[in-house]
Amino acid sequence: MSITIDQISKTFGRFHALRNVGLDIPEGKLTALLGPSGSGKTTLLRIIAGLESSDTGRILFGGEDVSNLHVRDRNIGFVFQHYALFRHLTVAENIAFGLESLPRKQRPSKAEIRQRVEKLLEMIQLPQLADRYPAQLSGGQKQRVALARALATQPRILLLDEPFGALDAKVRKDLRRWLRALHDEFHFTSIFVTHDQEEALELSDQVVVMSQGQVEQVNTPTELYAKPESRFVFDFLGHVNVLSGVIKNQKLVQGDAWISLPGNRSEQKAQLYLRPHEVHLARAPSAFARLPLRIDAVSLIGSEVRIELTPEGWQSEEIWEIGMSHNEFAQQNPSRGELWFAVPDVGHLFSGENSQPKTVDWLYPETANACNV
Amino acid sequence: MSASANTSVAIGRRFSVRSKRVLPGFGLSLGISLFFVSLVLLLPLTGLVVETSGMTWDQFWFTITDPRVVESYKVTLWTALAASLFNGCFGLLLAWILVRYDFPGKRILDAFVDLPFALPTAVAGITLATLFAQNGWYGQWLAKLGVEVAFTPLGIVVAMAFTSLPFVVRTVQPVLEELSPADEEAAVSLGASDGRVFRKVIFPALWPALVTGIALSFTRSLGEFGAIIFIAGNTPYVSEVTSLMVFIRLQEYDYAAASAIASVVLLASLILLFAINLWQGRYLRRLEGR
Repeated sequence: MSITIDQISKTFGRFHALRNVGLDIPEGKLTALLGPSGSGKTTLLRIIAGLESSDTGRILFGGEDVSNLHVRDRNIGFVFQHYALFRHLTVAENIAFGLESLPRKQRPSKAEIRQRVEKLLEMIQLPQLADRYPAQLSGGQKQRVALARALATQPRILLLDEPFGALDAKVRKDLRRWLRALHDEFHFTSIFVTHDQEEALELSDQVVVMSQGQVEQVNTPTELYAKPESRFVFDFLGHVNVLSGVIKNQKLVQGDAWISLPGNRSEQKAQLYLRPHEVHLARAPSAFARLPLRIDAVSLIGSEVRIELTPEGWQSEEIWEIGMSHNEFAQQNPSRGELWFAVPDVGHLFSGENSQPKTVDWLYPETANACNV
Repeated sequence: MSASANTSVAIGRRFSVRSKRVLPGFGLSLGISLFFVSLVLLLPLTGLVVETSGMTWDQFWFTITDPRVVESYKVTLWTALAASLFNGCFGLLLAWILVRYDFPGKRILDAFVDLPFALPTAVAGITLATLFAQNGWYGQWLAKLGVEVAFTPLGIVVAMAFTSLPFVVRTVQPVLEELSPADEEAAVSLGASDGRVFRKVIFPALWPALVTGIALSFTRSLGEFGAIIFIAGNTPYVSEVTSLMVFIRLQEYDYAAASAIASVVLLASLILLFAINLWQGRYLRRLEGR
C-alpha cells in the first residue's frame, strides 16, 4: 500500500509544525523520516497514522483518501518510542489485543487467536515470555513485543516513532538488523521516524530529510549521502569540515588558509564543505591548497582512524575531522600536537545565496566538471 | 560458593539500611515518625482497649449485640456502602473531567473538591439538613417527587457522600494524570472502540486507586458523626449510626460500653484497610514486575 502525502500543513498555536508537505511513500519499502527535533517528523507520522489531524491537505493510502478516517479504521500498526505496552496484560494478551478488538464478525476464534499469538511470539523470538508482564522484560524485548502487537492484525502500513530511541547502543543495533530482516521477509510499507542519521542510512530504502516542517530532500541513503542538495542536509548527515571565506583570484581564502578553485572568478562569500573521507593529511601544503591544522586527538577505535584537528591561523566553527585507514595511519603516524596540512580531494562549494552545492574535484578535475549539476 | 556469596550480598543489601544513603538520618527520622504515630494513634487505641478491659466477655458481647446497636451497624454499613459507591462513580467522573478537559473555572472546581475536608462537619451537616428539609431548596422539589432525604437514612447517605468525596477524587486524580496517552493511542491504533479502550486500558490502570479511594471513603463514612447527626433524624432502629451510639453511651457516662462499640467500628475499619493494602500490593507487584 503506497502512501501519498498531499500538501499537509499543521500548526500548534503559532508554531508551524508542518508547511505544505508533499511526499510519496513507495509500497513495500522502508522509509525513514529523518530530522532534528522540532522538524515535524513525528507530527507527520502521527498525521499519517490518524493520531493527529492536519489543518490542510490530504493523506492517501493506495490512492484512497483516508484523511477523514479514524485511526482505528485506517488499519495501521503503530509502534511507540516508549513501547506503550499494556502493563496489566501479559505479553501474549498484549499481542492478542488487536485481534480481540476486531468486530465480532471478523474476529478469529479463541483458538485461532492463540495460534496467531504463538506464531508472532516465535517471529519475535520470545516464545518463552508469553506469560510475563511487560515490567519483567528488557527494553529490547518490550519493543519486540510492541512490534508483534502492531503486526498482529496484519496492518497495511507499519509506522514506527523513534522505535529504537530508548534503547542502548548494542540492543539498538541488533534490533535494527532484526527489523530490516523482518521487513525484507514480509514487505509491509513502513515509515519510521528517527533523528539518528546512521540509523536512517543503514536501515531504510528511502530517506526523507526534514527541517523546520519542510521536506529538505528525498533520496536513497547512498544518493543522499553522496549528493546532499542543501547545506542543512550536508550538515545533518555525518560530520562535515567547513572552510568559509571569500573567493578572490580563483581562490577561497580565510586567514592563513586557502584553496584554489579554478574557474571561479566572481568575488563573493562562499563555503567549502568537505567530508572526513574527502580530505587527506600531508606534512606540507599542496600546490592547490594550504590548510594548516593542529592535531587535537587521535581515535583508533573502529574500522577507521579518526583524527580531530583545529585550524591554525584561520577559523572554523566546528573542529575538523579527517578519517584515514589504519594502514595509512601506520605509515604517516600523525600524533597529537603536530602541525599538518589538509589536502582536499573532493569538495562541495556553496557560494552566495546558492542553496545547491557545486562539486569541486582536485584529483580528477575533468570528471568533476562533467558531474556538476 | 558464589551462590551463597550472592545471597549474602543480597540479604546484606536488603537489611543494611545505613549503608551508603545519600541523605543521612534514617534512624532519627524513623524514630520520630514511630514515636509520633504511637503518641497520636496507637496510645489512644490502646486506651480504647484498656477501657473495655474492665468488662467481662459477656458484658462486652451484650453491649455490642444490643439490638439497637446492631441495627445501627446495619444502617451505618449500608449507608456507608451506598455513599462510597456513589463517590466511586461521581469521584471518578470528577477526577476525569479535572484531568482530561480544559474548561473555564477548572482551577476553582479543583479547589472546591477539598471543601468537605476544610468545612467543619457540623457545618456541613446543618447546611445539608437545611437544604434537604421539607421546605429547603432541594427538599421542596424532592418532596414533590415523593423522596424524603432529611431525617431518613437517605440523609445519612447524602452526608457521608458529601464528607468523603475528596478521598476518591484525590486518589484517582494523580493516577489519571500519569496515564500515558500513548497507551490509549496504542489501543485505538489496534482498532479498539472507545468503550474497549476505557475497559481494557484506562480502567485497569485506575482500578487500584479507585478501590483505595472507595475504601477510604467507606471507612471515613463508618466513623462520620458531625455531618450525620444533623440530617439523620436519629430515629432509633431506623436512622441511628454507630458513631451516634458511641456518643449516646458517652452521654450516659458509660465509657466502657462506648469504647466497646467504638472498638467494633475500629476493627472493621482496620480489617478493611489491611485487606485493601494487601490486595493492592499484590496487584501493583505484578505491574512493577517484582
